[in-house]
Amino acid sequence: MKTVELKSLVFRWPGQPDPVLSVDSFDLEAGESVFMRGPSGSGKTTLLSAIAGVIDVPQSAVRVAGTDVGALAGGDRDRFRVDQLGIVFQVFNLLPWLSALENTLLPCRFSAQRRNRSGPDPKATATRLLSELGLKDTELINRPASALSVGQQQRVAAARALIGAPEVVLADEPTSALDEEAKDTFVQLLLKECKASGASLLFVSHDRSLEKHFDRSVDLPMLNAGKT
Amino acid sequence: MFNLCYKSLLNRRFIAALTVLSIALSVALIVGVERLRTEARAGFANSASGIDLIIAARGNDVQIVMATVFGVGTTGAGISWDSYEMIEDLPQISWTVPIMMGDNHRGYPVIGTSEQYFDHFRHSGGRQLIFAEGVPFKSPDGAVIGAEVAQAFGYTSGTEIVNAHGSGEVAFDVHDEAPFTVTGVLEHTGTAVDRMVFVSLEGFDALHEEPASEVADPFVLIEAPEVAGEHEDHDHVELDEPDEHEEGHQEHDDRHAHGSGHEDEAKAVRTSGGHDHGGHDHEPGTINAIFAGLEEKTAVLSVQRQLADHRDEALTAVLPNVALLQLWSITSTAETALRLMAGAVAAAGMIGMVVMLSASLDNRRREFAILRSVGATPVGVFSLILLEAVLLLFAGIVLGVIALSALTLLIDPVLAANFGLRIGVGLPSFREVLLIALVFCSGLLASIIPALRVYRMTLSDGLSVRL
Ligand SMILES: Nc1ncnc2c1ncn2[C@@H]1O[C@H](COP(=O)(O)OP(=O)(O)OP(=O)(O)O)[C@@H](O)[C@H]1O
Ligand SMILES: [Mg+2]
Repeated sequence: MKTVELKSLVFRWPGQPDPVLSVDSFDLEAGESVFMRGPSGSGKTTLLSAIAGVIDVPQSAVRVAGTDVGALAGGDRDRFRVDQLGIVFQVFNLLPWLSALENTLLPCRFSAQRRNRSGPDPKATATRLLSELGLKDTELINRPASALSVGQQQRVAAARALIGAPEVVLADEPTSALDEEAKDTFVQLLLKECKASGASLLFVSHDRSLEKHFDRSVDLPMLNAGKT
Repeated sequence: MFNLCYKSLLNRRFIAALTVLSIALSVALIVGVERLRTEARAGFANSASGIDLIIAARGNDVQIVMATVFGVGTTGAGISWDSYEMIEDLPQISWTVPIMMGDNHRGYPVIGTSEQYFDHFRHSGGRQLIFAEGVPFKSPDGAVIGAEVAQAFGYTSGTEIVNAHGSGEVAFDVHDEAPFTVTGVLEHTGTAVDRMVFVSLEGFDALHEEPASEVADPFVLIEAPEVAGEHEDHDHVELDEPDEHEEGHQEHDDRHAHGSGHEDEAKAVRTSGGHDHGGHDHEPGTINAIFAGLEEKTAVLSVQRQLADHRDEALTAVLPNVALLQLWSITSTAETALRLMAGAVAAAGMIGMVVMLSASLDNRRREFAILRSVGATPVGVFSLILLEAVLLLFAGIVLGVIALSALTLLIDPVLAANFGLRIGVGLPSFREVLLIALVFCSGLLASIIPALRVYRMTLSDGLSVRL
């Protein structure tokens, strides 16, 4: 089963002559982990935004878990996003005044589906996820997110993306602020948790040293040029 | 949502506190000005509460009230004692107090009146005059003084004081020979009464007439006013007759026993004596004004009509509250200026809030992107900003009202003592609630601007997190 399906997706930012995205077709299988690379400004973040339905995409160009994202109206799209997707950014993933635990629980706050899928006690699930990602200390996870190291913050972001078992996890250069060792650890932990929850992972990075951990690797400029 | 909003605000607590403070200040100011204004107006309108009518020789209403209630200026001509009795005997009238004026004591107006003045006069919203010490004057040489007079010269009960003739600031015509003894000091009222010296009608007349006779011995006058009649070279025979009459009237106020012969006599005396004293404000037997109370308030019109028909003298019956409001309307420009200023401060407070909300938006783009990534809708983010505004406004309003109440408690005694204003810590009036609602709504309306900006921002930013 395909969790993400892109078909003749063309997207252009307002006021720009050339489309940033023009993807003929791209699929993400259930449980699959894909590494996507591309130079800066090639449209990687834009592609993730299109999949997440944060930017306006034409109808039937993007399907996530069988749903046509472009056909959804505003509010439905936001609900759909939180129901089906977990997102990890490059930096500044967390609301600094919430604790690590509260940050992890944010999707459950906005989505009944994510809440239901995170077990009878979402808090316990969040704690378990955090400890699996290496944040075992209860004092640590109750600290405001602003008092965490960058590496710890990224792991909290991963936990948040994973809680409530979304279909797809989108990660936008989550490791660029981490050192070599932390990078590998983070990617391995993320992959392990995605496998455990059955989520497919689209991981964007320009760091090719991480490519080896993934099932498959895609080059965005080539994808944009029509070569799969 | 509320929790998120609250925590987000807490994260910016310093700037949020400042915003709340500025809103509180706006609210306190705008409500305070409103309260002060209504209180001042009500207090002013009540400067003569208890008095249903002020009757004086035909003249300007405001001028009459200014003269009789505030001791500023004088009424025109006098009223004959005849008219006084006529008015007193009107069935609609329940009580009357005669008022004589035109003299001053070291710059403070001296009022000749009867003891009943202290029973009937009301100030600052219906409060009675209270004696801080002593009692009302019982004899012609007794005087009751206002709190400010007592304070200014250190007078207490028993002090002998000397009045000067004329209502100018400088007393050049000092009557050393006609001293009064202070019998009582009134408590502070914050009104013109504080600046007044009250003496009996006889005392007033004696004081007034004395310079012409140039009698060296004050006791002649004080202990036996009728003795003055001996000085036949002046008009004192005629002058003292009505005095005697007034005295009698005061002492037997309830009796209404005025023999017609007596009355005629007084009239005769007056007509002969009146012209000879053209240079003076007061002629013996004439008074400046009458404070009157009605049996029933509805009788005002019939009394006014009756007085208008009174042939002997041209009289005006002034409704003090109406005249006072008329007088108050003169100050409306200042009032409007004050309200405009309070409004401007409130507007500045609102703008401050909008600035705070707007300025924080750029720093919070990241926050909104994160919220959107976890499922918050643009509308949700929009309402987050509005909710924030509501919280700030609410906190500001509550704080403002509390601060105002605290301030009121603190300065109420000061205001009451100095201006006769009593604001009181009550629940806000309907008008005040309306004003607060206005502040709230305009604040909310203003915060739509930053909320809309956020809405558009969340739509155009996509998932990229910017700093
Ligand atoms: N909100 C926006 N409005 C207008 N143009 C944008 C916007 N976001 C991105 N773009 C443009 O779209 C193009 C692709 O941007 P995008 O952020 O997707 O690149 P990227 O591949 O993620 O780059 P990087 O590796 O530096 O993050 C860029 O040329 C950029 O100028
Ligand atoms: Mg990017």
